[in-house]
Amino acid sequence: MREPTTEVSTAEPQSQATVVPPRIEVDDVTQAGQERHSDLEVKMSVRNLDFWYGKSQALFDNSIDYYQNRVTAIIGPSGCGKSTHIRCLNRIYELYRDHKASGEIVLDGNNVLGSGVDVLDVRRRVGMIFQKPSPFPMTVFENIAYGLKLFYKLNRSELRDRVEDALRRAALWDEVKDKLNEPGTGLSGGQQQRLCIARTIATEPEVVLMDEPCSAIDPIATGKIEDLIEELKHQYTILIVTHNMQQAARVSEYTAFFFQGYIVEFGETTKLFSNPDQKQTEDYITGRFG
Amino acid sequence: MSDTGHSLNGGWRVRDMASRARRAPSSRTDTAFRGFTIACSLFIALLMLGITIALVEGSWESMREFGLSFLWTSDWDINKGVYGALTPMIGTLTTTLIAMGIALPLALVIALLLVELVHPVAARIIGTAVEMLAAIPSIIYGMWGLFVLVPIMQAHVIPWLQSTPLGQIPWLLGGPPLGVGILTAGLILAFMVLPFITAVSRDVLRMVPTVTKEAGYGMGATTWEVTRKVSFRYGFGGFVGATFIGLGRAFGETMAVAYVIGNSFTIPESIIAPGTTFASAIANQFPEAVGLQKAALMELGLILFLVTIVFQLIAQLWLGYVNKKVGIR
Repeated sequence: MREPTTEVSTAEPQSQATVVPPRIEVDDVTQAGQERHSDLEVKMSVRNLDFWYGKSQALFDNSIDYYQNRVTAIIGPSGCGKSTHIRCLNRIYELYRDHKASGEIVLDGNNVLGSGVDVLDVRRRVGMIFQKPSPFPMTVFENIAYGLKLFYKLNRSELRDRVEDALRRAALWDEVKDKLNEPGTGLSGGQQQRLCIARTIATEPEVVLMDEPCSAIDPIATGKIEDLIEELKHQYTILIVTHNMQQAARVSEYTAFFFQGYIVEFGETTKLFSNPDQKQTEDYITGRFG
Repeated sequence: MSDTGHSLNGGWRVRDMASRARRAPSSRTDTAFRGFTIACSLFIALLMLGITIALVEGSWESMREFGLSFLWTSDWDINKGVYGALTPMIGTLTTTLIAMGIALPLALVIALLLVELVHPVAARIIGTAVEMLAAIPSIIYGMWGLFVLVPIMQAHVIPWLQSTPLGQIPWLLGGPPLGVGILTAGLILAFMVLPFITAVSRDVLRMVPTVTKEAGYGMGATTWEVTRKVSFRYGFGGFVGATFIGLGRAFGETMAVAYVIGNSFTIPESIIAPGTTFASAIANQFPEAVGLQKAALMELGLILFLVTIVFQLIAQLWLGYVNKKVGIR
């Protein structure tokens, strides 16, 4: 993969200055910025995605590219199809009988929605974090080991190492290393959410979908998760649905604005928030509706 | 059963707050209400105590006569006046074991089918059909068992079982195929407890939060993997509860068993031989029993009562422990 040739952003203070990835310049949002898009590697690309809940159509002709090792925020008013959109990307919608999607979702050259695709493999490669922390009814250790055991043959010590590694990468190890054999549901909300993140990244996904991961937890825990997202994007392609526009501005390089099932605007976060092309986007980010 | 508690608790708390918000509590009505509820719950305790006392008093003569040896004596001889609980104990345990062995896996599979696999319309139809089984009076099961199931067992099922390699084990399937016996009683019991275990298991599976299941699927797990490791784990306490409901029912079921078990007070040589259970023995003999025999039957009743209570206690304690361990409550 080629690294984009942009400079480190100065838009906001960065605590971990050493590991800050290349960012798109704030002011540089016109032609030059457009050029650079083509330098980024597209990890997942959605083409003409339509979605129906039974007879009511929820997504219309969604087409969008998600760039590798970038955070893309998905914003929009309630019911605009944000969650629906990302639930297509790992085909989790298929659990429900009358949910139907059509179009193309290309992950590394393969159409995820195509027939003959190994759905289980897609879901391993495209991990998902839910709005509500959803630890399994097991111990902290088993929560992480669950996914590992699904996909890898590991002996005890390998399993222990992988669990520890996942918890460390989710910045949770120090808080739970003495609680590995206690129920995962006994952790605080923020810890539970990081446990879910650890559980997801343990199986080495390529894309991580986050569906409003911070809406059910307190501001301090939210801060920790945002820091974590900053860390994780070096390894993963991250999509985050959020209602919180400050959060979108803080964590993402790209933002897509959804409205009534359409992708109204997609672009660099800084541009979309400072100088949106579409009237609807502007109305939304300035708080005129939604 | 307490394992549905966690769905209810939340609701209660909300309602609690609503009623508090409506008006300030009056200390007088609160005291009266509290007294009333205490009286009601005391009544339950008194009832239990009363039953225990009545059973102990009724069986006193037998207890004095036989002491603890009543528990391991297999004789039940009205002429000699010797009575023991071993035969009905064996009958009760084996019929219950057979019933649970058949009903439990079947119930789990049906519950899983209803919740996860079939179309909701089909699930409703099958679910209603299973629930209807619970509405059939036990005497009907007994009659159906005696007139329909027993001849089938006698003519087809038992001879077929005896022709399999398992049939070579004398203590399992040895003896003449009479039709009536432990196995047939166990089978009838299985049909009778099936709807209860299924209904509870289904509710338990339905209570597994969607997001937890989705998280499992989101990891790339199959339906079976999610069911086995997430849903069943989540519902484990509930399944144990369901099992104990089934056990309680199978243990104490009287009429259906009395019809098909053969009512023999000799220790059965195999599971196809006739036997008896606590409940069916009492039902069969109580109307004509006098004196020591009546006391012995009372003692059977006392044992049944105590065993059922102990079962319930163990179940409750264990449920609490298990749920705490996996962190459901």
